[in-house]
Amino acid sequence: MLIKQSEDFKASEVTPESIYRERRRFMQGTLGIASGAALLGGAGLLSPSARAIATDPDAKGEELRYVIESELSTDEELTSYDDITRYNNFYEFGTDKGDPKKHSRRFKPRPWSVSFSGECEKPGVLDLDDVINPHQLEERIYRLRCVEAWSMVIPWVGVPLGPVLERFRPTSKAKYVAFTSVLRPDEMPGQKRSFIDWPYVEGLRIDEAMHPLTLLTVGLYGRVLPNQNGAPIRLVVPWKYGFKSIKSVVSIAFTEDEPPTTWNIENAREYGFYSNVNPEVDHPRWSQKRERRIGFFSKRETLMFNGYADQVAHLYEGMDLAKYY
Amino acid sequence: MNGERRRSGGVARTGPPRWLKPALFAAALIPFGYLAVGLLADGLGANPVETITHVSGEWALRLLLLTLLVTPLRRATGLTWLVRLRRMLGLFAFFYVVVHFTTYALLDAGLDLAYVVEDVLDRPYITVGFVTLCALVPLAATSTDAMIRRLGGARWRRLHRLAYFAGAGAVLHFLWLAFSKSDLREPLIYFAILVVLLVARLPAVAARLGRLAPRRVAAPARADPPPPSPAKRQAAR
Ligand code: HEM
Repeated sequence: MLIKQSEDFKASEVTPESIYRERRRFMQGTLGIASGAALLGGAGLLSPSARAIATDPDAKGEELRYVIESELSTDEELTSYDDITRYNNFYEFGTDKGDPKKHSRRFKPRPWSVSFSGECEKPGVLDLDDVINPHQLEERIYRLRCVEAWSMVIPWVGVPLGPVLERFRPTSKAKYVAFTSVLRPDEMPGQKRSFIDWPYVEGLRIDEAMHPLTLLTVGLYGRVLPNQNGAPIRLVVPWKYGFKSIKSVVSIAFTEDEPPTTWNIENAREYGFYSNVNPEVDHPRWSQKRERRIGFFSKRETLMFNGYADQVAHLYEGMDLAKYY
Repeated sequence: MNGERRRSGGVARTGPPRWLKPALFAAALIPFGYLAVGLLADGLGANPVETITHVSGEWALRLLLLTLLVTPLRRATGLTWLVRLRRMLGLFAFFYVVVHFTTYALLDAGLDLAYVVEDVLDRPYITVGFVTLCALVPLAATSTDAMIRRLGGARWRRLHRLAYFAGAGAVLHFLWLAFSKSDLREPLIYFAILVVLLVARLPAVAARLGRLAPRRVAAPARADPPPPSPAKRQAAR
């Protein structure tokens, strides 16, 4: 079936982009998720025939195929590919914003496997393709708000995390999901220094992990995720500060207790487990009321839950967000 | 004061090489030039405001520490004319602090006074930065020959010991800021330099440094006139 489909899709190579997109929607409508066949990597997805929606003349890397638009995308002006890929917090490659781009060239994002373990019925270690392929790739244009009071608008490509997690049949004890980044000091010079207890770890409550906004991300601007942005697979949780969106994930575990998270271990007073974007709760060393959108000079107001309050506020009903920051 | 001494001393040997001051002046403007050109040419990276804050802050700190290096270096080398470079270094340090603070006030705070006041009161690293800035203002204001004369050497010198306080404040400001990133390497380097500079001022150490000076050790036979009267010199720093 997959082969047949990709033959079918070859037609798009000679189809103007707009028609191609229309057809994608049609396919999606008729075949639903099954049509996804979102092959990533070797098999076929990386052939140059398909286009994601957002483009940037500076964008590099292999194009992802069979990407559909999402209702959950914002229509705000996109941050440039250049800025998204040269201004990064990814301490595994160094603490300066420019370090990840400079020092991530030797990093090898393939082959890659992800282990799923803990409180679930079907644990397993899967190749990246097998994690992603059964699902439909979507472009999700999200705001990203860094805890350092800057923000971007990024066209991610990925699959919703929830359906991926369901495949491993989490049990009723699965109250949280713990994520772990890769540990490769030889390829990640920042990990040679022990100022952080590597590897980087993060966590979500299970309902946060299952939320439709939570994206398991493999690309941006329609292309394979660059190393400096967390290749080959990262989390994107748009209503939380950027550091919650853990990069280069190798392990996902269902847990009963709240898992430890790197920045909370480093500095519990400044970084909590939840770390929801919240203009009312300041970081001890700076205000969170405003943010600088990269590409703009003056600051703008920061929105509650980074503007996703309508979708996520109910997750935190009755919680004191100043206490659970 | 420089002018005065040149007139009374009169000999080229006691002054810095003629090219040195203009060269230093030009060199101290390089970071500013980089920022100005970068700003116009969109060359300051993804977050130009942050780049300006960082570059101006770091050069303010470096120039401040260089200013503090002058006296120990003079002691160790015997090159008294080094002191004549100090005012320029100090004023450039102040210049970069002004750029730094103006960027913050204009582009971080959006000229919102309440925002600045809240920051200064609530955020220790800003508090420290602000106190440091306040300490540098009287130093810059009393840097003219006329002010030195008006204050008198001793009082002027006492006032200008604030420079050490400012150096410590600037290092603390940077340390505090870097603490959130768990990466203290860079500010710790400045901290180490500051400690060395402070230690070099301890009377015992200062005396030893003085003995290093080639002028006294290596050239006893030269019939130089004694250096200008100690009371007139800014030596105590
Ligand atoms: C009211 C006074 C001041 C304010 C509001 C202020 C504000 C700031 C801000 C906002 C940053 C950048 C924070 C960030 O990266 O997130 C910074 C960094 C810095 N400031 Fe200041 N500052 C002040 C005074 C000073 C003074 C007097 C000096 C030195 C003489 C100084 C030296 C530095 C240095 C070295 C950095 C670090 C640059 C880097 O990270 O590379 N600041 N300051």
